[in-house]
Amino acid sequence: MKVLAAMSGGVDSAVAAARAVEAGHEVVGVHLALSRMPGTLRTGSRGCCTVEDSMDAQRAANKIGIPFYVWDFSERFKQEVVDDFISEYQAGRTPNPCMRCNERIKFAALLEKALALGFDALCTGHYASIETDSKGNLELHRSLAMAKDQSYVLGVLNKQQLQHSLFPLGKAANKEDIRAEAKARELSVAQKPDSYDICFIPEGDTRDWLSDKIERTEGAIVDLEGNHLATHDGAIGFTVGQRKGLNIGKPSADGKPRYVLSIRPKDNVVVVGPDEALLISELSGSKYSWCGEAPSNTTDWFDAEVQVRAHGLSHPCRVKVAENQMVIALSEPIRGVSPGQTAVVYLGSRVLGQATIDKTVSAVMEQV
Amino acid sequence: MPVYLDHAATSPIRASVLELYISTLSEIGNPASVHSFGQHSRQILEQAREEIAKAINCDRNEVIFTSGGTESDNLAIKGIYWDVNSKDPSKNVIISAAAEHHAVLDAINWLVDSQNAELYLIPSDDQGVLDIAALERYLEQNASRVALISVMWANNEIGVIHPISEITKIAKVYSIPVHSDAIAALGHIPVDFAESGLAAMTITGHKLGGPVGSGALILRRDQKLTPVNHGGGQERNLRSGTPDASSAAALALTITEAVSEQEDLAQKHQIMTQRLIAGVKQIASDVIVSAENAQRLPNNVHFRFPGCLGDSLLFLLDSDGVSISTGSACTAGVSGPSHVVLSLGASNDEAMGTLRITLGHSTKDQDIDAFLEAFPKAHQGAKKAGLTRR
Repeated sequence: MKVLAAMSGGVDSAVAAARAVEAGHEVVGVHLALSRMPGTLRTGSRGCCTVEDSMDAQRAANKIGIPFYVWDFSERFKQEVVDDFISEYQAGRTPNPCMRCNERIKFAALLEKALALGFDALCTGHYASIETDSKGNLELHRSLAMAKDQSYVLGVLNKQQLQHSLFPLGKAANKEDIRAEAKARELSVAQKPDSYDICFIPEGDTRDWLSDKIERTEGAIVDLEGNHLATHDGAIGFTVGQRKGLNIGKPSADGKPRYVLSIRPKDNVVVVGPDEALLISELSGSKYSWCGEAPSNTTDWFDAEVQVRAHGLSHPCRVKVAENQMVIALSEPIRGVSPGQTAVVYLGSRVLGQATIDKTVSAVMEQV
Repeated sequence: MPVYLDHAATSPIRASVLELYISTLSEIGNPASVHSFGQHSRQILEQAREEIAKAINCDRNEVIFTSGGTESDNLAIKGIYWDVNSKDPSKNVIISAAAEHHAVLDAINWLVDSQNAELYLIPSDDQGVLDIAALERYLEQNASRVALISVMWANNEIGVIHPISEITKIAKVYSIPVHSDAIAALGHIPVDFAESGLAAMTITGHKLGGPVGSGALILRRDQKLTPVNHGGGQERNLRSGTPDASSAAALALTITEAVSEQEDLAQKHQIMTQRLIAGVKQIASDVIVSAENAQRLPNNVHFRFPGCLGDSLLFLLDSDGVSISTGSACTAGVSGPSHVVLSLGASNDEAMGTLRITLGHSTKDQDIDAFLEAFPKAHQGAKKAGLTRR
């Protein structure tokens, strides 16, 4: 196959590209320029946005012996990921930009371009594996390296995208093996630190980064009964489940800590309450998709598991589609889920599909 | 055999130059040393200076060796500005143009940002042709405030030739020094320093088949300049640092050869670029040939393909063994929209769909054949891949 290897400049994508070459594919490396004004050097744990990362990717491609190019996706990245991130926060939701990047840039814009330019598949360094079921249908599964499993952020992939994806690290047992392999292959990125944070927020402080993009006005922090507790300097940037930084002077009546329960951008109000009020029993979203073959019957409840954040646990649940919504009923309530987050549904290790959460139902009271 | 059509980025080293370069590299001696080794090295250096002076018609003392174009541009612009401005602080305007090389624009912008300089850009039209009348009008009002003018002899991306003598004639009325980056022009059209009326001129070797790292600033005898590098006082105290005799010798041979072949090569290149334009137009009827109606370099052709991305074209052609450029090479290989193409009034999308072909001393007819053979498929693929947005 002709394979385009997306190379961020990190160790995973470099080893993935090398494995694709060894598997006999004709591989070309590409680094996505996601900013027109990239920093010179990487700082802290943010990767893939600096000239240093681009050079690291190029150096790895040279070492592996494949052609290498840099493609500029900065404008599209800004429109589809960065602007979306800002407007989601503006709407009081908590977006996952890595998910959007996979959905709209890597496995959309880049994949489309790759196919148009004559490639058969896109190779990335994600920790997830593509398997074939008994009928020959492709399925996305969790990585064997559970600690690094990235199947969650790939939950947005559809059948066509799976057909053209290659994840050579899917069978990796752990990250250390990949680093050792990179070292054995003499790749200079072998010991490069992992990137964790949002790549386009250079200092890692989302609220601070948002502050000059979304106008902040003072508003009320209220309890569930609507009592005014304190004043915040802008509702944007609070996260459901957040406890610190609320600056409510007086303690609650029962002395228990208070958490952000919801953010209401319309009237600029942040609602806080006790821990148990964070418990959610049901999630739903109209923007959903199936990863690979859709289940045969989705109108009746079926048992599954759901994961609501990249490195979170999965929770037993029942799932169905009703009124064009994916509805997920949790067997046991889970804590702190915010609209905007993605719920990825699993059957065992298989990724079944995902929905962007529009609505949550509280386990203990009327919806907050 | 891969085909190389990107001579404006850098040109393959000439066999004769390589031989001379290697042999002089093994010579011992610092040209500043008094002993016989030093004198020998000095002789190589001064011989090179004379040869360059002869090839471009300047005084031998007007040749200041540097590491190349960027250094020469910085030395000329900062050096002349500092000298003029220190004597008369009211002179703080630098005149240039929007499509200049970054080595010129960024040096000027640094002076603007940190040294109180002001920049006036000579307007240009959609063919990249400068509005000389606008320059004249500007000078009528503001000449007393102008420190220097810097306009490239020909544009490295789109190939437009600028009327340097006309500009120096106007500037002379007001005694304003004019610098020109002549890198793209030298070896492709006649370049005569004495005739040009320039105060300073940038040249480099590696775009003509010399080694990277060999360049010079040609500085008129009477033009004062504050040095950027301070040190041992070499090169008339204008560019301190041990002179590189091997580079100088290689540069001299490169320029001598390039200038002596220039007329023949220009004729040959003219025919080749016409073939390229005709061949491309046959396949891509919507192609825009940048600055097609302007006076152009014979070795440059610059295309804009609506609905295509330059990086797709570059990738597909490169895969087929044909190396071209989307514009001028830049940091980390990111091909953002070129400021030169934007200066023609092109949209952002249009500026992303560019392809530059530049010919040089080693270009053969077969290279043009290979490009024209690979182009239709590449164009079709790039068109299919389209722009990056939905």
